[in-house]
Amino acid sequence: MPELMLDGHALRVAEGTSVAAALALGGNGCSRTSVSGQRRAPLCGMGICQECRVTIDGRRRLACQTLCRDGMQVETQP
Amino acid sequence: MNEYADLLIIGAGPAGMAAALAAAPSGARIVMLDDNPLAGGQIWRDGPQASLPARARQLRERLQSHTNIRHHRGTRVIANPGPKQLLVEDDDHGWLISYDKLILCTGARELLLPFPGWTLPGVTGAGGLQALIKAGLAVRDERVVIAGSGPLLLASAATAKKHGATVLRIAEQASFASVAGFAAQLPRWPAKWLQSFSLFNRHYRAATHVIAALGTERLEGVRLQQQGKIVELECDRLACGFGLIPNIQLGQALAYAIQGQALAVDTWQASNHPDHFAAGECTGFGGSELALVEGAIAGHAAVGDVAAARQLWPRRARWQGFANALNQAFALDPQLKSLAHPDTLVCRCEDVAYAALAGHTDWREAKLASRCGMGACQGRVCGGAVQHLFGWQPSAPRPPFSPARIETLMCLDDTPPA
Repeated sequence: MPELMLDGHALRVAEGTSVAAALALGGNGCSRTSVSGQRRAPLCGMGICQECRVTIDGRRRLACQTLCRDGMQVETQP
Repeated sequence: MNEYADLLIIGAGPAGMAAALAAAPSGARIVMLDDNPLAGGQIWRDGPQASLPARARQLRERLQSHTNIRHHRGTRVIANPGPKQLLVEDDDHGWLISYDKLILCTGARELLLPFPGWTLPGVTGAGGLQALIKAGLAVRDERVVIAGSGPLLLASAATAKKHGATVLRIAEQASFASVAGFAAQLPRWPAKWLQSFSLFNRHYRAATHVIAALGTERLEGVRLQQQGKIVELECDRLACGFGLIPNIQLGQALAYAIQGQALAVDTWQASNHPDHFAAGECTGFGGSELALVEGAIAGHAAVGDVAAARQLWPRRARWQGFANALNQAFALDPQLKSLAHPDTLVCRCEDVAYAALAGHTDWREAKLASRCGMGACQGRVCGGAVQHLFGWQPSAPRPPFSPARIETLMCLDDTPPA
C-alpha cells in the first residue's frame, strides 16, 4: 500500500491506484483551475483531455495515467 | 538512446496486442508502445478495482513470453522528425525510434459534447467514470446518472453499481425503436447477446438526453429530457459520453488517408502508404473482438504472412457486421447539436464559449479567432465536439503531438537536417 503526499497531506492508497483516483480519495477530487477560474477535475480518465494534469515530483503529469507510488509528492493547481 | 524496430506498434490495446502476437513468430524485432501504465487499452484497463477477463490476462502473458517483443509503458509519440522515425517520451526519457513497418492501433476516445454545466467537477465521460473506478475511485453510496449513447453506458453503470454506487438513471439518446432493433439482432453474436443480459438495468431509458448539469462549485444534479418531459435528479456524479470517435491524429500527421472519421485501410489493414498499417478502433469503432482480428491481420500482413492474414478475413467480416449494427442503432439525434448555450464552454483548455465559435466557416478560422483547440489537449476534446456541432473537420496536428519536455525535443538535435 503506497503512501503519497497529496498537497502536503499523507494519503495511503491500494496498490495500483491512479493519482486521479487518489485526488478524490484524499481531497475534493479537483486537479486544476481553468484559465477563467473554474475548478476542474479529471474528465476522460484515459489520457486525452488533460484536465487531470498535476505536478508529480516536480513534473507536469497526467494524474489518470500515473500510478501512486510510495513517497510520491502530488501537488494540485490551486 | 535511439532504437530500431522491424515493426513498431503504437497502442497496446486489443488491436496492438493481437498485432504483436501475430507478428512475433516471424522473429521480427517488435516494439510496442502505449501511454498507459499497463497493456490492455481502455477495455481491459487494470487497477485495484478492475477484474480483467481471462482472455486479457492470457494475451498479456503471451506478450511477455516473446523475447522479440518490447513493450514501452507510459510512452507517447511526440513528433515524426523524419521518414519512418518517431520521437517518443516516457516518464524519464525522450528518444528516437526508427522502424521498417508501422501499425497504428491508437484506439478511440469518447465523444464529449458540451452542455451547460459539463465543466463542473463531478461530471466525467461515461467510459471516463468506469476508468476512474477501475483505477481506485470510491463511489460507494454515491448517486450516479449515466447519459449519452451506446453500450458503454450500460458497462459504465454496471461498474459503478458493482462498487456500491446507486445508479439513478441511464439516459440513452437513441430511440426505443433503435435500441430494440439492435437488441433483436444480438442473437447473431451469441457472446454479445449473453453479455447484454448481465448488463441490463431497470433504470435504462431510451429517447432521453442530458440538458444541463446543475450546481455551482461542483455537480449537485442533472436536468434530463426524458421521452419528451423535463426531469431533474439530484446526484453526485454525471457520467456522459456520446459514443466513441477514432483517434486519428497520429495517422493524419503521417499523411494516412482518412475515410469518414477514421483511418482508411484495405483488406490487409494497410494504409495508402507502403509499410504503414492501422487496426482497431482508429479505423472505425467496432469493439474489442473486431479490434483483435484486425490487429492480427495487420500483424501477419506486416511480416509478410499473407496466408495467415487472409484466413482471418471471414472472422473480421462477422464482427464488422456487429459494428455496423451498433453504429446504425446509436446514431446521434440532431437535437444534441443544440445542447450548448451561447455561454457554454466548448473548449475546456482555453475556456472558449459556443458564441465565440458560431458564425465561423471552418475549424482553422475559428481557432485563429478564438484559440479554440489550441490548449493542452490540442483539440482532442473540442475537435470532436465541433465536428459534430458545426461539421468542421479538425486539421492534422503538428508536432509536438502532446505536451513534451524540452529535453525530449532536444533529442532532435542528433538528426541531420532533412
